[in-house]
Amino acid sequence: MTSPLLVELSRLQFALTAMYHFLFVPLTLGLSVMLAMMETVYVMTGRTIWRDMVKFWGVLFGINFALGVATGITMEFEFGMNWAYYSHYVGDVFGAPLAIEGLMAFFLEATFVGLFFFGWDKLSARGHLAVTWLTALGTNFSALWILVANGWMQNPVGSAFNPDTMRMEVTDFMAVIFNPVAQAKFVHTVSAGYVCGAVFVLGVSAFYMLRGRHIELAKRSFVIAAAFGIASSLSVIVLGDESGYAITDNQKMKLAAMEAMWETEPAPASFTAFGIPSMNDRTTHFGIHIPWVMGIIGTRSIDKEIPGIFELVQKAEGRIRNGLTAYDALEKLKVNHGDAVARASFDATSKDLGHALLLKRYIEDPRLASDDQIKQAAWSTVPEVPAIFFTFRLMVLCAFLLLAVFTISLWHTMRETPAPRWLFGMALFAMPLPWVAAEVGWFVAEFGRQPWIIEGTLPTFLATSELGIPNLLITIFGFTVVYGVLAVIEVRLMLQAIAKGPVLSAEVVPPVARVRLAAAQ
Amino acid sequence: MIDFLFSYETLRITWWVLLGVLLIGFAVTDGFDMGVGALLPFVAKTDIERRVAINTIGPVWEGNQVWFVLGGGAIFAAWPALYAVSFSGFYLAMFLVLFALILRPVGFKYRSKREDPRWRSNWDWALFIGGAVPALIFGVAVGNALRGVPFHFSTELRPTYEGTLFGLLNPVALYCGLVSFSMLVMHGAAWLTFKAEGPVADRARIIGGKAALAAAILFAGGGVFVWLGLLGGYEMTSAIVWDGPSNPLAKTVIANAGAWLRNFHATPILCLVPALGIVAPLVAAAGFSARREGLTLLASKLGVICIIATVGLAMFPFILPSSTNPSHSLAVFDASSSRATLRNMLIATVVFLPLILAYTAWVYSVLWGKVSAASVREAGSSAY
Repeated sequence: MTSPLLVELSRLQFALTAMYHFLFVPLTLGLSVMLAMMETVYVMTGRTIWRDMVKFWGVLFGINFALGVATGITMEFEFGMNWAYYSHYVGDVFGAPLAIEGLMAFFLEATFVGLFFFGWDKLSARGHLAVTWLTALGTNFSALWILVANGWMQNPVGSAFNPDTMRMEVTDFMAVIFNPVAQAKFVHTVSAGYVCGAVFVLGVSAFYMLRGRHIELAKRSFVIAAAFGIASSLSVIVLGDESGYAITDNQKMKLAAMEAMWETEPAPASFTAFGIPSMNDRTTHFGIHIPWVMGIIGTRSIDKEIPGIFELVQKAEGRIRNGLTAYDALEKLKVNHGDAVARASFDATSKDLGHALLLKRYIEDPRLASDDQIKQAAWSTVPEVPAIFFTFRLMVLCAFLLLAVFTISLWHTMRETPAPRWLFGMALFAMPLPWVAAEVGWFVAEFGRQPWIIEGTLPTFLATSELGIPNLLITIFGFTVVYGVLAVIEVRLMLQAIAKGPVLSAEVVPPVARVRLAAAQ
Repeated sequence: MIDFLFSYETLRITWWVLLGVLLIGFAVTDGFDMGVGALLPFVAKTDIERRVAINTIGPVWEGNQVWFVLGGGAIFAAWPALYAVSFSGFYLAMFLVLFALILRPVGFKYRSKREDPRWRSNWDWALFIGGAVPALIFGVAVGNALRGVPFHFSTELRPTYEGTLFGLLNPVALYCGLVSFSMLVMHGAAWLTFKAEGPVADRARIIGGKAALAAAILFAGGGVFVWLGLLGGYEMTSAIVWDGPSNPLAKTVIANAGAWLRNFHATPILCLVPALGIVAPLVAAAGFSARREGLTLLASKLGVICIIATVGLAMFPFILPSSTNPSHSLAVFDASSSRATLRNMLIATVVFLPLILAYTAWVYSVLWGKVSAASVREAGSSAY
């Protein structure tokens, strides 16, 4: 059996590299679309200030984009490097969206991003605008396919285990693409990226307003960011991927963990605004409950029940026992591929095979597991409730704060009186919020999926490569150093570019001085 | 017709060809980016010269690199067993490649953001590593694939690699590393003479000629090694079931030095490919000294294509043989994805690959023309 330390180190490395990658991805998503919108205004109005804006924000986009690409290369190969059994087990299904991402999205994005920077003098205004939109389209398609892949890990539709090849194989590719969890996640994630882009532009513009520099550029950017930000943060909240949480056992378990909901409540369930969940006592202390809210958010109805953790664990126990039949049949098929009785028995129970594999943590041959071990395995389907409970609340808090920041910002830009200085201070200090929300959001989604790497199909602890611990230590150390150094360099270059500010075209810009938005000085 | 095209056998062979197309696409496009990186400190001495060299690839390297990323994704989707075994087996070597490749995007983007000569010189060395290290390691990986890699599967098809990083660095594999390194240096130099002006192009011409000669000689030497049986070889001893399930435990294989020549004996016309793999670099070498930049670049491309194709043709139907458990080797007929996935992926490829080629060609045409010191100065901060 794989050593638990190897599993933990593999998870740690994946978490490090994926979460680091996702510091850059959302900004790329958001800024690419905002650049395209700004350039559209330029082409429609012919006012060069808008082109200057695209070029200026483009510099910052480029600094961020480089690291997004650099850290994305790691992701494409890390499954094979660190998760070899996973790669074998689900490559037939999971690999396809990754490959299509390359074909359909990353090629588009990476080919045109070069022209975005180098093509200003080589293309007509419309030609360049097309290039910018194609880059933005590429980034967004990229997110789509990555979330199709991730959505399948949360809700593995359109596939079945094939005993002849000992792996999951696709049975309905359309179901994989149109997986409701994937679609919900795509909208949610892309909107979160737009919020990052909006906050970034809003914050940097606010900095210029506070300093009284580059007012022409800053005030236009501030307005467009505030408007785009309201739309995107509403989209993140309203189209939050909770819509995908009613679908599968594990998604329900994640939802129950997010709400620290141990017992099934009569519909509509109450929302626990605060509380201290305890894994040991299997209850939530000091809970403050708001009636009805949870049921409505979770099921979009007032009469559907949301199952609590106890009920879901019971269900998992049943699936483990059922899965043992599948496991037994599979062992027989390994010896004799033609065993028709075993195949029929396998086909009837194969959807619970993954649950039997949970027992491998306690015993080499799950068929010999004791009742206690089965109960233990059933309880292992419960993720760390307190961690999920608090990080989820942190994410939601950030989202509502951001919606408030954007709303107040837009409201002030529409008024006749000059915007107050505190508005810009607020916008500046709101900058880290969407990144906090995005990182803890991924934490909820992925940590909340544990113990599964593919929900109900393959436990995480079985999925790694058979690597020596020193190998992992070397690469974790290596990635940490390289990524750490690059992060410092990136931030310094960003600050340098912001300090330098935009280069405005020689053309006379109509003085819109003493604008409504000018900082009070 | 459709039945034939979408039969499991045809799909597997098509995807074997596409695997080659991807690797070749990567080597032909990103290959010159890596070559330019490896050449950077030697063909360009002053800052403006370095900027000329970097800006010959500045706008296109990013798109080129997608061949590599797509290669990873496509191997995952079409050859999951290969993806699982090779990348976990070559773990630390892969980490070195990733480390080198991570330096490139930031190197290109960040280098000219500051005037400080030390800053720029550091990034130039980062770009050198980003070009030279992968150029070498990819050859080492291919060399190991030819020799066979120590791995086996459990009955659950969990792969275990039994070697170490230093095991990968055996003389035969390092020799293959030199082949790929000289090949990509030739290709980078050919690109530089085609695209750059002034002293950068002149120096590239001199180094390129030597690299092309080295590539031809080393590749021919590799052929002699195969002939002498030093590069190993594997042979199928059970019948091949072309439409059987992808389970690498169902066949038997033995090691047989010299078996990598079998396909060429069986189908002599295939010998054209390795022959061109020697002749084309020689033509490139001549092209460098004759200052025929267009011809040199074409010959270099042809050389790269034929050298890589030779490896694939020699090993077919093997993809990654196992040296410790030859019967567990990965082969075209037992390491692929399911028929449905190969079919879905083929449809996606047929739709998108022509589009990719079309817009890539358009981007190159927009960027047509030489890069000179004057053009870089004129572009100012919008160039790298």
